[in-house]
Amino acid sequence: MNTALALTDVRKYFGRRAAVDGVTLSVAAGERVALLGHNGAGKSTLMKLALGILRPDRGAVASIGGQVGFLPENVSFHPAMTGREILAFYAALKRRPAAEVADLLEGVGLTEAAGRFVATYSKGMRQRLGLAQALLGRPRLLLLDEPTTGLDPLLRRRFHDIVRDLAMGGAGVLLSSHLLTDLEARTDRVAIMARGRLVALGTLDQLRRETALPVRIRVIAADGRAAEVAGRLGGLDLAVPPAEKMAALRRVLALGPLVADVEVEPPGLDAIYARYAGTEAEA
Amino acid sequence: MNAVAVIASRELREGIRNKWVLAATAVMAALAVALAFLGTAPVGTVEAAPLEVLVVSLASLAIFLVPLIALLLAFDGIVGEAERGTLLLLLAYPVARWQVVAGKFLGQLSILAFAIGVGFGLAGLAARGDEPAWAPFLALIGSSVLLGAVFLALGLLLSTAVRQRATAAGAAVALWLLMVVVFDLALLAVLVAADLPPGLFRGLLAASPADAFRLLNLTGFEGVRAFSGLAGAADEAVLPPALLVGVLAAWVAVPLAAAAILFTRRQP
Repeated sequence: MNTALALTDVRKYFGRRAAVDGVTLSVAAGERVALLGHNGAGKSTLMKLALGILRPDRGAVASIGGQVGFLPENVSFHPAMTGREILAFYAALKRRPAAEVADLLEGVGLTEAAGRFVATYSKGMRQRLGLAQALLGRPRLLLLDEPTTGLDPLLRRRFHDIVRDLAMGGAGVLLSSHLLTDLEARTDRVAIMARGRLVALGTLDQLRRETALPVRIRVIAADGRAAEVAGRLGGLDLAVPPAEKMAALRRVLALGPLVADVEVEPPGLDAIYARYAGTEAEA
Repeated sequence: MNAVAVIASRELREGIRNKWVLAATAVMAALAVALAFLGTAPVGTVEAAPLEVLVVSLASLAIFLVPLIALLLAFDGIVGEAERGTLLLLLAYPVARWQVVAGKFLGQLSILAFAIGVGFGLAGLAARGDEPAWAPFLALIGSSVLLGAVFLALGLLLSTAVRQRATAAGAAVALWLLMVVVFDLALLAVLVAADLPPGLFRGLLAASPADAFRLLNLTGFEGVRAFSGLAGAADEAVLPPALLVGVLAAWVAVPLAAAAILFTRRQP
């Protein structure tokens, strides 16, 4: 498989503090990797290293040549320029034909606003303009830092659709986000950073197994029987290890008509993230 | 289009948009034209003075005004973009750091050159008289642009050296005071207090871009020298124009190169 980005044992110090501490991570062509971590965990620094804006103190960064698209966190533009002028400026820097500008504006739904100054744009519109510039020249590698903050749910979906299409077209995508639930179904692998180190890397299923986080079983008792059910099961809200999930469910079902309903919830990205990022923070 | 040209033209467009070009040109034109008409006020009639007198008064105006406008244009160049958050994205593009510095410099220089050309040009047309001596006047415009380039380069160096916009603004004002006002006063004080050898005095004068500019305009042409009050002292202070232009050019090149090197090392 082609590699879009490969970081090998990359370290970056700011003073004596290691902002990125021995990270090895690769993004294959066509793969979407989510980068998670607290503020200050080193995600943005990792992006800058991947872009070559920062040079690593140790380790190696290899990215696919030529076309790289980048959307920085809280992207901002010169306010006294129109959306079209800004995109044309970046297109000229990437030596892309002017025709691409109109297409991209259309693609992110900014055609009507293209003649207005960016100062009048909403946060969501600026974010879309940011995405448009990242897509100039059909990049083979996309680095997106908190790309969906400030977008409403509908736009977030549209954004993820665009990213999916690009990945299906063979681009490697590394995106960081705070909106964990938003990423769950939309990434191939998850990388979790804490204090500059990579503390977890794998598919969501792999991480779920690795953490062995409890499955949540919520039991809704029949009218007036709550106390009895809780007494026999040891509570109405159960957290059981994955291996004991079926046994626990059988106990619940054995209660027959005492139980009105039952909900089973596997550990979400939130919980997995909290486990990795949390333990690391305590260490 | 080359990345330097792309950045320069955006800088110019921004200057037009945020009224920088308009403001700088208006200030230049207003003061210069006023000088052109007031040139003969002491004599009694307000009418345009000969071009050579105008060169002397405009040179004095340019020494204060051009560095100030140049520093105000340039101090924001790098640090302002860093603070607004536009720099990071720019650096993610296939653009070398020196190209960013060069593009900013050329864009700002064209704003300044336009303001000086139009502002002083209007005054020159107003004061041209019957047989205008255009050579010293054009030399004044050219050297004013060069003086502006010096302070643009210094301003950009400031802008890459500091981390905060406010620091750059303060440093720009301090630099203006130091190089345009304080240096001359200090030199004057030294001159009064101690008996400087003429060679050293000339060297010190020529080393300051403001004074190199002054000498270039006030002693460079015979006709101007008569009005400048330097006719007597001329031999003391005269330095070859090529040397003075060289000093100014060095004051452009060295800070600009330093800014490019510093910017390349800067971690965004």
